[in-house]
Amino acid sequence: MLNRVQALGVWCLRQCGSVGRATLFLFNALSWGKGFRAPFKRFIAQVFALGVLSLPIVLVAGLFVGMVLALQGYHILVGYGSQEAIGQMVALSLLREFGPVVTALLFVGRAGSALTAEIALMKTTEQLSAMSIMGVDPLQRVMAPRLWAGVITLPLLALMFSVMGIYGGALVAVDVLDIYEGSYWANMQSSVSFYEDIMKGVMKTVVFALVVTWIAIFHGWDATPTSQGMSRATTATVVQGSLAVLALDFILTAVMVGGF
Amino acid sequence: MQLKTMEISVGAFVIAGVLALVVLAFNASGLSYKSSDDSYILYARFENLAGLSERAKVSMSGVTIGRVMSIDLDTEDYVAVVKMSINKGVPLSTDTSASILTAGLLGEKYIGLSVGADEETLLAGDEIEDTQSSIVLEELIGQFLFSRSE
Repeated sequence: MLNRVQALGVWCLRQCGSVGRATLFLFNALSWGKGFRAPFKRFIAQVFALGVLSLPIVLVAGLFVGMVLALQGYHILVGYGSQEAIGQMVALSLLREFGPVVTALLFVGRAGSALTAEIALMKTTEQLSAMSIMGVDPLQRVMAPRLWAGVITLPLLALMFSVMGIYGGALVAVDVLDIYEGSYWANMQSSVSFYEDIMKGVMKTVVFALVVTWIAIFHGWDATPTSQGMSRATTATVVQGSLAVLALDFILTAVMVGGF
Repeated sequence: MQLKTMEISVGAFVIAGVLALVVLAFNASGLSYKSSDDSYILYARFENLAGLSERAKVSMSGVTIGRVMSIDLDTEDYVAVVKMSINKGVPLSTDTSASILTAGLLGEKYIGLSVGADEETLLAGDEIEDTQSSIVLEELIGQFLFSRSE
């Protein structure tokens, strides 16, 4: 009995410790370091790895999500005889939900797992310790450029996802389902508001980006330096990252839209 | 050389992202960059807007000639005051009438203007006197039931 209680205590302490380490880690990893030129080059390299290389999957996914939204929406709306409102439906669902959330989920899978694996391998092969010994702060050198690159790239990716989705929706709605092109765009333009829909979606993605990148690099940093530890860290990144995105999405939507 | 192509692609990536925002702003939300130079402001009072929203179309003969800018409640007469911006190229006579119409059975609400015969035109800041409120389905049904019961 006492052992059970002790085990619970150990578990709680370990969780608290993990949260504490993660928070300290975040604040230390936010610092850019001295100088501008060299850190900026590292930052650019990470934008390339996280952003440019994620482009194909994000753009293709956006196109298909938009197309399927138009197809599904059409069959719902046609029952009310208001299939002209399909542009509005596609744009609002993409800008408010699908763009930010699906892009963040793809980002976790595509870029987050790679970040964790990379950093965990650096730790396993003791590159991070070597840096510390040489007097180079691995948080500034390795983590900061990755964190900032993640925060910058995910919102941009989500915007491109939405654009692809809206044009994909137009492709299906106008060319396949014979919705009049003018009403597709006009309905969209009269219902989408720049601040309420587009900018709030961007704000969501900035929060997602910070949290997802933080989770990814922290799990790499905190991994047990064995091959098993690496695989566990990568899994933890994908699972926790995805759940964090979905849970945060609900919380952010509730705060922004209200209803509580 | 390797670094250079990488930097170029990152630059292109950032530009594409910003362009995406611009495309969304103008194509999806219809954010207009037109300044007030090529449009003028008119007001109209309606008893009931019944779902007319800001940025709704203002059209004449089915052609969009402006947008609803803002909607306020006049607390003296308790009627809705609609502020519209109309393209400069469309002069409207002083007896133009405005009514709130619906596009299709369930579509969006918009303001339809019908042309008048007066030779004088409305100036910026003027008010359209002749207005017709939106048809509210519940009121129509109420009237119908009332007339049937007599």
